[in-house]
Amino acid sequence: MEALSHYLSLVVETIFIKNILLAYFLGMCSFLAISKKVETSIGLGLAVIFVNGITVPVNWMIKNFLLQKGALVWTGIAGMEQVDLSFLTFIVFIATIAAMVQLVEMTLDRVSPTLYQSLGIFLPLIAVNCAILGSSLFMVERNYDLMEAVVFGTSAGIGFFLAIVTLATMRYKLKYSNIPKGLRGLGIAMLLTGLISMAYMSFSGINL
Amino acid sequence: MIMAKAKTIDTFLGPLSRSNPITTQVLGICSALAVTVKMDTALVMTGALVFVLVGSNTIVAALRNLIPSRVRIIVMLTIIATLVIVIDELLKAFVYDISKQLSIFVGLIITNCIVLGRAEAFALKNSVTASALDGFGNALGYGLILVLVAAAREFLGSGTLLGLQIIPDFLYVENGGWYVNNGLMILAPGAFIILGLLIWLQRTINGYKEE
Repeated sequence: MEALSHYLSLVVETIFIKNILLAYFLGMCSFLAISKKVETSIGLGLAVIFVNGITVPVNWMIKNFLLQKGALVWTGIAGMEQVDLSFLTFIVFIATIAAMVQLVEMTLDRVSPTLYQSLGIFLPLIAVNCAILGSSLFMVERNYDLMEAVVFGTSAGIGFFLAIVTLATMRYKLKYSNIPKGLRGLGIAMLLTGLISMAYMSFSGINL
Repeated sequence: MIMAKAKTIDTFLGPLSRSNPITTQVLGICSALAVTVKMDTALVMTGALVFVLVGSNTIVAALRNLIPSRVRIIVMLTIIATLVIVIDELLKAFVYDISKQLSIFVGLIITNCIVLGRAEAFALKNSVTASALDGFGNALGYGLILVLVAAAREFLGSGTLLGLQIIPDFLYVENGGWYVNNGLMILAPGAFIILGLLIWLQRTINGYKEE
C-alpha cells in the first residue's frame, strides 16, 4: 500500500506540479509548432507518452549497467569498479533515443498499421524533442529507481499531452478573435502558455 | 565585391533582429526560458551556445560534401553532442556553481532546435566562413533575447541585476517602505509572459506578420 501511494504521488507531481512543459519549458518547439490543430496535437501528445514511457526506463538501464561509476562490475573484469563513463551520458542517451524512435516506428508499422498511420509523421520529430532527452536527464539527476523511472517517463508524457491539447483547443478558438497584428501567432501563444502555466502553479500548494 | 560584403554582414546581423532565431524563426525556445531567472546563468548559457553553434556550423560546413544525405541527421547530432560534452565538462571545471544551476539545460543544447536547424538550413549548403558567421550571429541573436528576458525577470523578480541590488533597500516593505518583489517573475509563468511581450514588441517594430 505504502509503495502504491508513493507512485501515485509521483504521478500527480510529475503531471501537474512539475509539468515538464509548463514548469521546465521542455518540448516548447514542437509544442508551439504542432498546437495549431487539435487532431495533430493529440497525435503528437500520444507519441510523446509512448516514446517517453519506453526511453526513460531504457536509458535508466544504460545508465546503471554501463555508464555510472562502477556500473561495469557485472562484467567480472578486474579494475572495472574504477571505470566511470558518465561523461558519455549525452551522446549515448541521444543515440538511444534516436534508435528507440526508429524501433518503435518499425514495430508499429508491423503490428498496428492504423496507429502507425496516425502517429507516423510525429515519430521522427520526437527524436529531437527536448522533452524526451530532458526526461532522461531528469531521471539521472533525481536518482530514480527502475520502477520510478517507468512511472516518471509515462507521466511526464501525459503532462506534455495535457498541455499541448489544452493550448491547441484554445488556439482553435482564438481564430475568431481580433488580436493586434504583432501579437498574432507566436506572441499570443506564449501569453496563453503563461496563463495555463499559472493555472498549473496552483497545484503546487498541494502537499503530497 | 561590395555585394559580397553586404551579404556577409547580413548573414551576421540578420539573426540579431529581423530573422532572430527565437522571435521570428521560433527555434530554441525550450532552453531560452529555463535559464533566465538570473542574468549570470543566461550569460553563461549564451557563451555555451556560441561555442556549440559556431563549432557545429563550422564542422558541418567543412564536411558538407562528405556527409551522405540519408544519415545526415545522426551525423549532425553526433557532432553537436560531442561539442556539448566538451562545453559541459569545461563549465563543470571552471564555473561549477553556475553549471549546477544550469543543471540539465546544458545537455539540452543537443536538442536545441537552433543548432540542428542552422546546421540543416545553412551549414549544409554554405562555405565554412559563412557558416561560422551564421552560427555566431544566430547564437548572439539567441543570447540577446535570453539576456533581455533574464534582465526583466531578475529586475522585477529579485530587484537585482547580475546580483547587484538595483532597487534601494529602504523601499522594501521589511524596511518600512512600500515595495515588494514580484514573485511571479521568478516562476515559470513570468518567463512565458515576458517572452510573449518581447515577441509582440519585436514583431511590431519589424512589421513581421504570421500568416
